[in-house]
Amino acid sequence: MRENQIVIAGFGGQGLLFSGKVLAYAGMVEGRYLSWLPSYGPEMRGGTANCNVILSDREIGSPIVNHPDILMVMNGPSLDKFEKDVVPGGKIFIDSSLITRKVERTDVEAYYIPASSMAREMGAPSLANMVLLGALVKATDCVTEEGLDAGLQKVIPARKADMLDINRKMLKAGMDVL
Amino acid sequence: MEKVLMKGNEAIAEAAILAGCRHYFGYPITPQTEVAAYMAKRMPKIDGVFLQAESEIAAINMVYGVAATGKRCMTSSSSPGIALKCEGISYLAGADLPALIVNVQRGGPGLGGIQPSQSDYFLATRGPGHGDFHVIVLAPAAVQEMADLTYKGFDLAEKYRMPVMLLADGTMGQMMEPVSLPEPQEIKEAPEWATVGTKCQRKHNIANSLYLSPAELEQLNFQRFERYAEIEKNECLWEEYLMDDAEYCVVSCGITARVAKNAIAEARAKGIKVGLIRPITLWPFPKAPLAAAADKVKSFLTVELSMGQMREDVLLATECKKPVFACNRVGGMIPAPEEVLAAIEKMTK
Repeated sequence: MRENQIVIAGFGGQGLLFSGKVLAYAGMVEGRYLSWLPSYGPEMRGGTANCNVILSDREIGSPIVNHPDILMVMNGPSLDKFEKDVVPGGKIFIDSSLITRKVERTDVEAYYIPASSMAREMGAPSLANMVLLGALVKATDCVTEEGLDAGLQKVIPARKADMLDINRKMLKAGMDVL
Repeated sequence: MEKVLMKGNEAIAEAAILAGCRHYFGYPITPQTEVAAYMAKRMPKIDGVFLQAESEIAAINMVYGVAATGKRCMTSSSSPGIALKCEGISYLAGADLPALIVNVQRGGPGLGGIQPSQSDYFLATRGPGHGDFHVIVLAPAAVQEMADLTYKGFDLAEKYRMPVMLLADGTMGQMMEPVSLPEPQEIKEAPEWATVGTKCQRKHNIANSLYLSPAELEQLNFQRFERYAEIEKNECLWEEYLMDDAEYCVVSCGITARVAKNAIAEARAKGIKVGLIRPITLWPFPKAPLAAAADKVKSFLTVELSMGQMREDVLLATECKKPVFACNRVGGMIPAPEEVLAAIEKMTK
């Protein structure tokens, strides 16, 4: 039985809920059970925001992720908050342009990816989330690369179709880091 | 139909439209605002009405007006807003009018917080307003059920000529899951009791909740409670999960039922024979499966986002034959599966 419990966290506005939606749609395209649950409320306006995504081969009980096996973080407070919750052997994906400290735990795998710098250099500073997501999918296989692309096509509305290529480019850049 | 990925709040709105609802009146409040946002986008395109009223009280009275014409109509809000609507809900009940009221609950009392809660259980199940009455209360535990129970809610409201409350919690409203949407319903002709003009062809209809003759008012209450008895007999809904060989029974609805399922899976792995009864209708409360379980299991455990409001219905349904333990979190906090597992282990000792 394959199941991934994922937390994606950072500042509001970094596209964290969007990244989670891409994974959720990818899971749906692949015919898996899934849930997506955002944090909601005042913390989203400039404060921390996060979403929980579960992708599973079986029906999902609670949609709340208390112990992620995959954590993607884009600010220091989120790493501080969620590092302790990751299951032993879990994977943590860190935007190392924004988070200077290292993971303290020794029983998890940490991936340090300078996603924000890479995105800025490629002319799309607001798409660091996609760089990190590309690395996450490559390292975890939580969805296939085809599924990821199909998911992306579902999340980006038709009227913004011109954004598809740049998002693909960022995902690819993240995959190529590993 | 192909599955779509939707937030629970959006699923409510789309299912209402598919059920033939073309009149939505509301006032924004977290965590249900997506219902209104969705209606604001969709209703103008399908010849429907979306109206953001000046207050919750205005919105429910607009529902009262449209309901009197026999058209499918609804409002949605969250706990403090629902408290404001209670006067109007009582009038709907008193005038025997159908309507759907959505409550995506948040923590209370007072303005409370904005995180998920189930603490309007008493308010919903004991009749949300003054006077002797009930509303049918439906408690979804998945985005699919947000759609299905909304759709069914309109049918029940019409069948029994009474308000129906969809009682969800903030998690259900905010989360996304794949959902198969129901088929669109034809918009029906106005029923015979509707106040839509006589065209001088019949005696006029009156939608009213004022009856100054005590004898007449008593009879109307008696008749209403005969209908309620019929509903209690025919409309109870619940889910049983791993109850066949269960020695212990968890009772929970909405988001906590899903947390409980995780805990039950872990408890089963430890050899504890525990199952779940999940009430889907909270009024009428599914007394029969609980009464049956009371003759079989050693004890019950209610898991709720309240201080034990549903526990009272479990005690009533089981006639206190077995102990009913409680696992409660409130204020917007949700128990982790480990907490529920610990409560299950405790009740076996």
